[in-house]
Amino acid sequence: MGRAVAIIGTGQTRHGRRQDVCYPDLVKEAVTAALEDAGLALKDIDGVVLGTMPSMMEGVSSTHFYFADAMGAFNKPVMKVETCGSTGQSIGHCGFYWVSSGMADIILVVGSEKMSEGDGQATMTTVFDPFFQRTFAAGAPGVFTMQSMEWMYRFRIPEEKGREAAALISVSNHDNAMNNPYAHIRTRVTVDDVKNARIITYPVRLLDVCPASDGACAVIFASEEKAKKICKKPAWIKGIGFRGEEFFYGESDKSIWMSATEAAKEAYRQAGIRNPLKELDVAEIYNPFTYQEMIFYECFGFCPRGEAPDYVLKGTFKKGGQLPCCPSGGTLCTNPIGATGLIRMAEAALQVTGKAGDRQVEGVKLALSHAMGGVDQFNGVTILGSRL
Amino acid sequence: MSKEEYRIIKGQVFVPYELALGKTWSYFYDCLREEKIMGTRCRKCSRVLVPPRSFCPRCFEAMDEWVEVSQAGIVETWVYVNMPFFAQELKIPFISAQIRLDGSDAGFTHQIAGIDLSDFDRVRKTVKLGGRVKAVWSKEKKGSILDIAYFEPVK
Repeated sequence: MGRAVAIIGTGQTRHGRRQDVCYPDLVKEAVTAALEDAGLALKDIDGVVLGTMPSMMEGVSSTHFYFADAMGAFNKPVMKVETCGSTGQSIGHCGFYWVSSGMADIILVVGSEKMSEGDGQATMTTVFDPFFQRTFAAGAPGVFTMQSMEWMYRFRIPEEKGREAAALISVSNHDNAMNNPYAHIRTRVTVDDVKNARIITYPVRLLDVCPASDGACAVIFASEEKAKKICKKPAWIKGIGFRGEEFFYGESDKSIWMSATEAAKEAYRQAGIRNPLKELDVAEIYNPFTYQEMIFYECFGFCPRGEAPDYVLKGTFKKGGQLPCCPSGGTLCTNPIGATGLIRMAEAALQVTGKAGDRQVEGVKLALSHAMGGVDQFNGVTILGSRL
Repeated sequence: MSKEEYRIIKGQVFVPYELALGKTWSYFYDCLREEKIMGTRCRKCSRVLVPPRSFCPRCFEAMDEWVEVSQAGIVETWVYVNMPFFAQELKIPFISAQIRLDGSDAGFTHQIAGIDLSDFDRVRKTVKLGGRVKAVWSKEKKGSILDIAYFEPVK
């Protein structure tokens, strides 16, 4: 193992439709907020990591060139990491590796997306292979719905039960987003609203699906020595896990989802977690789709396979439950994709340091953050703790 | 300054490509013209994958044994797509599905059609998880995945 690493500052933009800023200015907003939070200046930063979705999202290639100024990267080493939806976790892991290796003491990590400027689903469709699957691709909703159908069939989950649980997840995320000043969608919805919303990809309806958001997030990673010197309450990285699986959808069983399961297992092993439901205090799961959030509960060992809807129906994962999930309102209410996985990590850091404001869960010591990317292909998990 | 005062410039990036299929995938498409669906078998794990692969993604071994698989199989999962986006090839609504063709060991991505797709409730009664479907061929072969026009439910 390398050196211990902590998150010592986070910054987020106000997420939503941000036509008031050009893309680099949006990035700068997050970077400035993170530097202020950490009480640092650009000269303190040893290197910069950036991540976004594929170039087709906003029509500008290799955005680390475009954002170099906004990230304060002048005369610093710059790295870009891109793994589609899991980008936010990948860049966080990259920041961790860089500091943990001893090659840098303080690293700035930035994730961003300005989805209002392009066609998110057309972009997602270009992630599919061009010869066999792309013709039938329907962006993210198509894939995640197929996966959810496969999961419900495999575990014989009655359609009505799955529908009810997914609706409750939507309601809970929307309620939570009301407490998050950065959230994109801040409206309350009812179970009936969700069940009667327009069909996107059956059984997934409009309120089961995340919005397309503009937003950026910046997180500052520091070595143990620097963190203890600079920061009163660092968020310590206790464990990370990242796994990929085959490219072609159809080759793996997505109802038990090896990459999500193994990424969490690896992070738990490093963090010394044996019973995640008991030991974790909060989880920020990458949940662009309500049904899929339940698959993650199972992959992460929060409940037995096929039983996630039962746990949702008894309130295990909502505010005040045994393991509150997505107190920020989650990806379901805010999804600037390249930033989203990093927002999960930033929110987990805020939770373990008691800085999460109105969305703070009482007494959080251990928090899970996560993101998923590609055609259900990659998963990344990071566990943060209040103590080294 | 109010929101309306910020300006937007409309842009577009258009880049043409010529994508090489290579030996394995070229042969797959040659066989589609003859209305055969071909997979390859892994030397090590013996799985048969469709589309065929030159190597096994798990074992990293050559997959050079060609196997003709059945034109019928079971629906592993499906999705009713009712969402438009830029440059979408199929007209909505359409059904995208994972079909495990008999004699293969993975889901094959294609569409289910040949039924009235306009009424979802009727679709739900016709298309079943675990149900059987079979290939319907396009009369004119263009060397694309749509040489198989679609899969239709088998009664």
